[in-house]
Amino acid sequence: MNERTARLRKKSLEAVPRISCERARLITEFYSANEGLYPVPVMRAKSFHYLCEHKTIYIGEDELIVGQRGPAPKMVPTYPELTCHSLEDLRILNTRPKTRYLVDDECLRTYEASVIPYWSKRNMRSRIFSDMEPKWLDSYNAGIFTEFMEQRAPGHTVLDDKIYHKGMLGFKRDIDDTIERLDFLNDPNALAKRDQLKAMSISCDAVILFAQRHADMAEQLAAQTTDPNRRAELEKIAEVCTHVPANAPRNFHEALQYYWFCHLAVITELNGWDSFNPGHLDQHLLPFYDRGLAEGTLTKESARELVECFFIQFNNHPAPPKVGVTAAESGTFTDFANINIGGLLPDGSDAVNEISHILLDIVEDMHLLQPSTNIQLSRKNPDSFLKHALRVVRCGHGFPSIFNADAVVAEQLRQGKSLEDARAGGCSGCVEVGAFGKEAYILTGYFNLVKVLELTLHNGVDPMTGKQLGLQTGPAELFGSYEQLFEAIRRQLAYFLDIKIAGNRIIERHYAERMPAPFLSVIIDDCIAKGLDYNAGGARYNNTFIQFVGLGSITDCLSAIKDLVFDSRQVRMEDLVAAMDRDFVSDEPLRQRLLNRTHKYGNDDDNADELMIDVFNSCFEMVDGRPDTRGGQYRIEMLPTTCHIYFGQVTGAMPDGRKAHQPVSEGISPVQGADRRGPTAVVKSAAKMDHIKSGGTLLNIKFAPALVADDRGIDNWASLVRGYFKMDGHHVQFNVVTAETLRKAQANPQEHRDLIVRVAGYSDYFCDLSVELQNEIIARTEHAGF
Amino acid sequence: MIFRPEQVEQKGVIFNIQRYSVHDGPGIRTTVFMKGCPLRCSWCHNPEGLESRPEVVIYDGCIHCGRCELICPKCGMPLSAETNELKGIICCHCGACVPPCPTGSRRVIGREMTESDILQEIDKDRIFYEDSGGGVTFSGGEPLSQAEFVKAVLSRCRQEGIHTAVDTSGYGRQEDLLSLAEVTDLFLFDLKLMDDEKHKQYTGVSNRPILDNLSALAKVYRNIWLRVPIIPGITDDAENLDMISERVSELPSVQQVCLLPYHKTAAAKFKRMGLPYPLENIQQPNPETMESLRMQFVAKGLPVTIGG
Repeated sequence: MNERTARLRKKSLEAVPRISCERARLITEFYSANEGLYPVPVMRAKSFHYLCEHKTIYIGEDELIVGQRGPAPKMVPTYPELTCHSLEDLRILNTRPKTRYLVDDECLRTYEASVIPYWSKRNMRSRIFSDMEPKWLDSYNAGIFTEFMEQRAPGHTVLDDKIYHKGMLGFKRDIDDTIERLDFLNDPNALAKRDQLKAMSISCDAVILFAQRHADMAEQLAAQTTDPNRRAELEKIAEVCTHVPANAPRNFHEALQYYWFCHLAVITELNGWDSFNPGHLDQHLLPFYDRGLAEGTLTKESARELVECFFIQFNNHPAPPKVGVTAAESGTFTDFANINIGGLLPDGSDAVNEISHILLDIVEDMHLLQPSTNIQLSRKNPDSFLKHALRVVRCGHGFPSIFNADAVVAEQLRQGKSLEDARAGGCSGCVEVGAFGKEAYILTGYFNLVKVLELTLHNGVDPMTGKQLGLQTGPAELFGSYEQLFEAIRRQLAYFLDIKIAGNRIIERHYAERMPAPFLSVIIDDCIAKGLDYNAGGARYNNTFIQFVGLGSITDCLSAIKDLVFDSRQVRMEDLVAAMDRDFVSDEPLRQRLLNRTHKYGNDDDNADELMIDVFNSCFEMVDGRPDTRGGQYRIEMLPTTCHIYFGQVTGAMPDGRKAHQPVSEGISPVQGADRRGPTAVVKSAAKMDHIKSGGTLLNIKFAPALVADDRGIDNWASLVRGYFKMDGHHVQFNVVTAETLRKAQANPQEHRDLIVRVAGYSDYFCDLSVELQNEIIARTEHAGF
Repeated sequence: MIFRPEQVEQKGVIFNIQRYSVHDGPGIRTTVFMKGCPLRCSWCHNPEGLESRPEVVIYDGCIHCGRCELICPKCGMPLSAETNELKGIICCHCGACVPPCPTGSRRVIGREMTESDILQEIDKDRIFYEDSGGGVTFSGGEPLSQAEFVKAVLSRCRQEGIHTAVDTSGYGRQEDLLSLAEVTDLFLFDLKLMDDEKHKQYTGVSNRPILDNLSALAKVYRNIWLRVPIIPGITDDAENLDMISERVSELPSVQQVCLLPYHKTAAAKFKRMGLPYPLENIQQPNPETMESLRMQFVAKGLPVTIGG
């Protein structure tokens, strides 16, 4: 960091997230005045244009990359057309101890006077809940699954390199060409397509206008300032914002600023999941970098300064506020912009370049919460790249996470994508795989595997409420064999997956028909060519995901039952279930036996791992390939964000010895503390599922800092990662921190405000995590030196 | 890995197989700890490897459920549930009390394993040896005390292309050592104290056979890492280290000297085995001290590392 970026960083870290009601006010104004005047897509585009025209423009001191979603850094807008917060919601946001957003009186007044009266029955969340069947609602309320789209729009996509070659005026020409070619004689959808395309064109205008307003403001500020250096910078900003995004960028600065306007546009238009993401930033920036150096208009230092300014803008944008179950499943300020570093070029060669290393240096130096970063590691990438990344991971912030670029390509080829598109793809959010710039890969909700087992052991009744939620698969004690039990679990699983997917199909149509995303559709292929919205199947590839949680926990439960109830017959099923129902009060010896004397996943022990494979394959068979309503297919993922805490809270004691309401395992990681054979055993176990059949799996490993303190430690660590990836492992991430440090931070949060740890697919300030989540991270096995 | 069940296999007594072992030779290794050692070093960090017979050891986690007390057909009540201490005199180490223990805090340390049992474990991390330049290390205890078995396993590892190392005190029959050398890629050879009286005092045995074995090995064998435990007040004096470096400079087969800083982690192991810890009052050397000792070896032109 230089002095400028150090100042910007400090300011960003010190800013407190606040709710801004400006967007809510503007969108309400526009809708109240224009309701019913336009087709839905045009209405959306015009409302977006209205926002770009009227929202407050902010250019801060020292900034080189400009633009805020709210009126100032960390001022977070709301999206009442998606979720209309009640006054009570806003008060909770203002006072809750974790992930708190300040809400001022003006905001409360605006909500009470105009926002709530207009949106309370018109918002997507209300429409969705009122359209769901009782069994969907029961399952949702019991914590069998969550629903991503009940508070945020579909998102989950990443940009490719197209904006670096084409300006918004160019996209508008493409849109006009498609409109001209519409066949009103034969195509029954021609009118819908025209409306959609018109909407896209309006949204291009909106973004150009938005940028021009920044150019105008920069010029005004330049005229006012007495500092000649700052004046020159502001004049430069004005020039950049006049040129992009209307036109393709001509240099490094314009490339970054262009992306940033696209980013703001996507996250202003709608509040999509996983904010948005430039994808392979190092690959995209390289031509501008090389040209700038060759022409003498850029130095390594000035390039680095611009990227640092760019990174700070991500940090200035906390996730929009979440409430209820959504807050529980993703309780973080992080908004999951996850920049990809390294990987492969579309021709299949090594993509690591000088910018890759600059990005890693910046990650280490700036130590920011956002953006998230990952490396895409192919067998073709040099070890020097991996080891540089590991030295950054060693600093202990959990960044970057590490993906197997070759597996990421294989997973996409299995889904039927072209080789070039697959290689240009990568990972976003936590661990999700997509073809960048060409795919809608929508996550729909977490799915509680452990709860399904709990219901199966109670004949479909939820012991938390006594309600008959699942199928009546028979009393547990009547299962004559492990196979019979497993078959009953499969029936319950299939039953709840059907409920989930039927609900999804309704929600997908709601978004397609009522909440199109015309700007996002401009920049994702092939929405323009098809004249079809991103939310309606316009993307070249469409995949829809269900994310399973608790794979390690259900495996250990099954292993315990198989071993103690069916194989060695040491415990009777009814006694086991009764002990669970008592939360093992007065059954401590039994609980200890379950915890310590059964085969556990994560130890390279086939006795447990083969049961894990059966569960994984069941999820795959029941989900993969089923059609969604966007012309795509359902796929599985194994990731939790923070949902393993919530799913644990709604689930009683289980046969792996876990007490009621405690967290379940996260991602594909072993149950916290159950892995006792070292990190190679963990990754061997994890590699036994076929990762290529998933759209992403998440493995967390905690290392003691001493284990990787020297070069030799780094070398062995690199080999551990390479070994996992040779076995097709999808992703691994590391916390390099001692439990002792974490306990100290828990006791004295004030002294450890800057401690960032890996949670599950993202990093977060340890002190911002719920106590349950802090304890869960402390409980993970810490692999030490031997 | 080829397993040969038809062959009559030897058996060895092992007390641990440690995967992702990164301090016993190069790369990611699997270390096989052989049970039984003729030395009684005061600073021993693997007291569970001293006796050659299997032993019952009590780890943390006992919930005093009393199931163990009901079981042992020989000694009846080997555990005092109140103090959680093994009554060594009574315990027959038969292990009958271990299976009923629900917490797993009662364990038998040391079990008989066949060559194939061990090879199967070694094979599990092969993919990691290949990338890291790692392999298998036999340690202990003292591998020389089960030399024939160790040789049988090492030969089979060799056939499979797995890098082999032996970590030894050097105390054992010379023909065993030289025989192991035929199938071993690297020796981690301990040299603790050059003064024989002190050696006897702190390890219980004379260092003569060790020094003889080192000379004999160095004559026929090229790849030795000499490991020197740095025990403050016992092995770290200038005289001892000078004599060691002198000896090393006479032995071109020594590729590297590894200075191993004393650590206290073994104290808990002694406690759980019901044994007194011989070195109560010694502090771990700090990194600065270790670095200055390392520089003494560097000054003499010897390749030296801390740890390894």
